[in-house]
This record gives sequence, C-alpha cells and structure tokens, in this order.
Amino acid sequence: MAEVRLEKLVKSYGNVGVVHGIDLTIAHNEFVVLVGPSGCGKSTTLRMIAGLEDITGGTISIGDRVVNDLPPRARNISMVFQNYALYPHMTVKENLGFSLKIAKQDEATIEKRVAEAAEILGLTPLLARTPGELSGGQRQRVAMGRAIVRHPDVFLFDEPLSNLDAKLRGQMRVEIKKLHQKVKTTIVYVTHDQVEAMTLADRIVIMKDGHIEQVGTPAEVFEQPKNTFVASFIGSPPMNLLDATVATEAGRKVARLTDGVTLALPAPAAEKVTDGQAITIGFRAEAFSPVGYGLYGDNEVATIERTVILPEPLGTETLLYTELGGKEVQGKMLNPRFVKPGEQLTFNLDLSRLHVFDKASGKSVLV
Amino acid sequence: MERSWQRWLIRFAVFIVMAIICIPGLWIVMTAFRDNVEVMARPPVWIPERWTLDNFRAILGMSESQQGIPVARYFLNSVIISVTSTVLAVLIGMMGGYAFARYRFKGKNVAFLWLMLSRTVPGISLSLPVFMIWSRVGLIDTDFGVILVYLALNIPFTIWLIDGFFRQIPLSLSEAAQVDGCTRWQAFWKIEFPLAKSGIASAGIFAFLTSWNEFALASQLTRTTASKTLPVGLMDFTAQFTVDWTGMCAMAVIIIVPALILTFIVQKHLIAGLTFGGVKG
Repeated sequence: MAEVRLEKLVKSYGNVGVVHGIDLTIAHNEFVVLVGPSGCGKSTTLRMIAGLEDITGGTISIGDRVVNDLPPRARNISMVFQNYALYPHMTVKENLGFSLKIAKQDEATIEKRVAEAAEILGLTPLLARTPGELSGGQRQRVAMGRAIVRHPDVFLFDEPLSNLDAKLRGQMRVEIKKLHQKVKTTIVYVTHDQVEAMTLADRIVIMKDGHIEQVGTPAEVFEQPKNTFVASFIGSPPMNLLDATVATEAGRKVARLTDGVTLALPAPAAEKVTDGQAITIGFRAEAFSPVGYGLYGDNEVATIERTVILPEPLGTETLLYTELGGKEVQGKMLNPRFVKPGEQLTFNLDLSRLHVFDKASGKSVLV
Repeated sequence: MERSWQRWLIRFAVFIVMAIICIPGLWIVMTAFRDNVEVMARPPVWIPERWTLDNFRAILGMSESQQGIPVARYFLNSVIISVTSTVLAVLIGMMGGYAFARYRFKGKNVAFLWLMLSRTVPGISLSLPVFMIWSRVGLIDTDFGVILVYLALNIPFTIWLIDGFFRQIPLSLSEAAQVDGCTRWQAFWKIEFPLAKSGIASAGIFAFLTSWNEFALASQLTRTTASKTLPVGLMDFTAQFTVDWTGMCAMAVIIIVPALILTFIVQKHLIAGLTFGGVKG
C-alpha cells in the first residue's frame, strides 16, 4: 500500500511563499496529475514529495511513514525528470541497472529486472547504446525504464513530455497510460498541459499560486468547474466567460449580458442567484453552434444571430470566432460546411450547459 | 578559385606562427645533441653534422671531462614538489569548484572575485615578501616552502576551471542519482565526478606544468640540492664568464620530456569535453 498524503504542506523561500498549505490524499495505485500554469507550485510540490526540496511546514507521508526528513533514497520513489537526466557516461543498460547496483542487488537480479523493464518499454535492442546515441523518444523511455526497474511505491513524473515534439508527445502519452496499466503503481504526474492532464489522470489537481483550486476526475473538472480559473484552464478552446447581471423575466431568472442579450439560467443555478447580482456566465465552444451543426439535441436553447469574424477550420469541426456580450467568443461547428469571414449565421446556445459564477468571488454558484 | 588562394594564405600564416613557437624549442633539442664546437661555430651550423650523447653523459656524471651536476636530485625535487602541489591543488580545486558551482552561500560572489583577482598579481612581485616571511619561519630551501607557494599560484585557477565543468553538469543528474538510492556523496563520485573528469584532468595538467616549469620564485626560495628544482638547476651551467650551452640544453630536454609525455597522455581529456547526451541539449 502506497498512499501519498500531503497535509497542510507549505513551502517558502525566505519570505516568498510558493506552496500555501495544501492538503491532498493520493490513493494506492491512483494516477494523479498536478496541473497549473507556470509558477503555481506544482513542480515544487512534486520535488517535496521526492525529497529534493525541504518542507517549510506540514507533513508528507508515503504509505504509513512520515517522510518529511527522509532523504530521497529512503523514500522508495522513482522520478522521471523533464530533461530525462540520464547518466551520459553509462550505457542504457547501466542506466537502467544503476539503482539496483547502488542497492547492492546481485548480478542475476539486476540482469533480470533490467531485461524485464527493457522488454516492457521496447528498449531491448538499445541496451548497449549511450544516451547520446538515442532519439528524444528513446531517451524518454529509458528514463521511464530507470524508474520502473526499482518497483517503487510511487512514481513521480516532472513534465516528462514537454521536451518532445507534438507527435511524439501524443505517442508517449499513450505509452505512459499503458505503462500504468501494466505496472500498477501510484503515480504523481506534473504538467502544464491540460490535455495531458485530461487524458492521463484518474484525478486532476488544478493548482494556482500555491493553492489547490479543484480536485476531481477529468469529467468533474471539465463539467463542473468550481471557479472561473478552472473553467478557463481546462478544455480547449478555453471556456467563454461573459459578465452579466441577474434579472427576472417572465418569472424566470435570466442573465442579462452587457449588450442586452438575455439568457435563461438553468434550473440548479437559477435557485442560487438573486436579482441584480453580478455574475460571470460561462459556456464552452461546443455549446454554441450554428443551427443544424451542433449537439444541443432537445435541450433548451437561446437562438442568436451573429456575424462570423473568423472561421478556423480544423477538419472535423470549425471554430467560429464571433462577438457576444461585448467580447469575442468561440463557437463550434460540427461536420462543418465552408464558412466565409463576415458571414451571418444563426447560433443555438445550449442553455443547459451554461455555467454560472459569482463575479466577485469567481466561484461557481453551485458550490 | 579565390577560396583556395585564401586557404593557402592562412596555411602560410599558421606556418609562420608555428615556426616562431617551435624553432627555439627545436634548436634547444638539436643543441643538446651536438658538440660545443658546432654550437660556437660561425657561421652557424643549422643541421648538426654529428649527433652525440656526450652532453647527457657529462651532466649525468658519466664522463671524466666534466663534473656532474646533481640532475637526479633536482629531478626528484621537481617531481616531489610538482606532484604534491598538483594533487593538492586539484583536490582543493574540486572541493572549491563544486562548492561554487552547486551551493549558494553568503559572500560567494565576493569570494570568487577575490580568488580571480589574486591571479592578476604577478607571482614574481610577491617573491620578496614571500622570501622574508619564509626565511623567518624557516621555509627557505625546503620542498614544503615551494609547494606552498605553488599551491597559492594554482588553486584559484583549478577552482575556476573545475567550477566551470561542474556548472555544465545539470543538477538533475545528481538529483536522479539521489532518487536512485545514492547519498549525496555517492552521487558525486558515481555521477558528477566522472562527468567532470576531463575538466579535472585539464586543471591537473595546467597545475603540473606551472609547477614543473616555474623558475622565478623557485630560484628565490631554493638554495641547495635540498629543494632546487630542474629549472633552477639550469643556472648551474652558467659560470662567471662562460655558459655551458650544450649541457644546459641537454638538461632542458630532460625537463621537457616528462611534461611532453604527460601532456600527450592527458591530451584526450583536454580536447574531448563530454557530449552531454543524458539531457536534452
């Protein structure tokens, strides 16, 4: 059992706080992704779990041991670094076997475990090479191999894919996912890429400025963002966020946008707001589609005429940039036809997929 | 064909420069193997007509005509002084270089600046104060006295050079080793040290050559066979009115050869540098 528990974890450099007392429990064999913009404290948190950074306050436990003051080598973790950190003067085989050799395992065990790891990652033909003779993807795999030979309690990944080109990143993402299925272990994975977070994680931890903004499954953070930060950070393109004021029209709560357009609020949110309240409404591009080109089904929609400022064809869909509530918003056209800039289209906005946030606090009115 | 014309010009320039550097050395070597008559001949004899080992026999005391010079003793002094000061300078350079490259501490930049500034002082300008202090504390004409001075000369340089090599090694390599089960000490010896080896070897060869060839300070601080080094021993060939050029050149060859051999051995490290394939470049 290797549950990782962070309690009131604090890190500061002198007077500068980097991580401000976060609490997080990572279950045995769970794949948790820490995601957030640069400087949000996610890498620092990971390095504290690894023991590479001192802890200013709080506790970290792995399994049932508090590891606060243990050096990295005593924590039974392994880590994949952003720059791979392969030992340049050793062959792939020596790189893989290094930790076992340090642990004074006998030759036969080392041989067996290295062969095992090499097999899982398809490194067998490369064992005699040095890191300098490998491609980026191969180096990445060696770094992962070095992590798995030890059978650690916890795997730590520090932005492992950010040095790869887009295509390779996609491939390696799949390999990491497969690896987790083959080698069941607790994984803590840090990235700034929300796509990686969505595709890999059992649970996503979204961080900002040293605080945790939301913890949840990919579906939860996507469907029910707790605040405007999570709403705009998760999902691509980012959620459209528009300022509005609550009013009552024909007995229903509506949001009145700055340009006078009114949108009926969905039932659960409507009960949490009062007339005159300043709110931010959010909707994703896929909830805003030209009539006949969306997935709104039988949901209640608001029908709005708009001029397309810029169409962005992506093949299976086209992003349409237009204007609403005084701001540029993005809509999505599924199974698209050709659209010219300046074309007038009728859009349906799926009202059941409106998110409502309190403007002052930025928090969802549902929490 | 302007290109090839330029190339020839460059080759010619290189030839001239190399000739200026190499011919005096070559002349010393040739002089070491000819007899005194040829050395004094007017017009000069460019290529020796008769090669001889007499000069070496003479200075090694194997001939009756001349009194021997304690070359073996000088050689031993040189080896003791150069090797000891080099080993110590490299060890201290490694510790200092690693500290400057890896740790943040108060006064780091100032300390580094002072170390570098000490290189701007010509060593010979310190010879008088050093002589006075050494004579008070009884270090004149001792190996230890000379070693101490050479350490002071070499340490700033070895720290600076080794610091640069450690800086090039990404911190994440040492961190990876620590995660892999190493103590900080093991991570240093198993990962960082092998990667900085070429830098440390370079620092070693520079420190060795400085000590091996140094003349000015050693000539002040040594008196007798107890501590005289080879370069100082060269002065034994000058008498009041004459200079024994052939003997001096023979001894110069004895000085040059070990340095040359050592440089060839370490050469690979001097030019190689490591290819850092372990991290993305």
